[in-house]
Amino acid sequence: MTESRATRPTSLRADDLPAFRPALLRYATLQVREVAIAEDLVQNTLVAALGSLASFRGEAAPTTWLIGILKRQIIDHYRRMSRETPLPVSGPGDDPEGDADLLDRLFASDGHWVTKPAVWADPEGSLQQEAFLGVLEACLKGLAGQSGRVFALREIMELEPEEICKDLQLTQSNYWVLMHRARLRLRQCVERGWVMEGN
Amino acid sequence: MDTCRDVSALVSRAMDARLSWVERLRVRFHLAICVACRRFSRQVQILRRAARQLGQKGTGP
Repeated sequence: MTESRATRPTSLRADDLPAFRPALLRYATLQVREVAIAEDLVQNTLVAALGSLASFRGEAAPTTWLIGILKRQIIDHYRRMSRETPLPVSGPGDDPEGDADLLDRLFASDGHWVTKPAVWADPEGSLQQEAFLGVLEACLKGLAGQSGRVFALREIMELEPEEICKDLQLTQSNYWVLMHRARLRLRQCVERGWVMEGN
Repeated sequence: MDTCRDVSALVSRAMDARLSWVERLRVRFHLAICVACRRFSRQVQILRRAARQLGQKGTGP
């Protein structure tokens, strides 16, 4: 979807909306692992957009405007989920690798890294950048459970920690634990897939 | 004496909250002597930058 400022539309028609579905779905699947749910959220977004087409004035690109609506849908979805089934910080099914002992696998009993983090090549330059983002995206898809959700809300949707705690009914220390686990797992996954140099 | 396990948790927390001055000192002291945790500290920042780019790729023109 290429939209330069010069050609940015100032109004949207109902017919225009389906063309944005792929971009929205791509964004939604960064946040929710289940494709069926992502599709539902995109569908709800398009329906909501249809109802408020008149409010689109072209201040933002259509994709930006639609993703704004989608973000709201994603947050509402998580809010509903945590109301219906308060999710444990870690529990069965939360992590296929068994999150409870994640720290014990990564750190020896004396508190040192079992496998020291390696030097990462700085993903500079657009090609490298693309490759790095590809690895990260794949790793994010494997980041299941509550920690994956929290990480996506914080780092991809750029919500504030306070907001996330409120929406998912987490305490601050639960939040920190979840984010830390997410970072440790992502780091490890990215490192397996990313080109390293030096060491 | 802090372990890598302790310090990595503090490094992670510092991405989202302000540490106390004692905690900041503990992190700084440990990072000065531990290359593994220095790498970890750099990596969590790369992860943040990249994740934001991933999110903005969807919204950008």
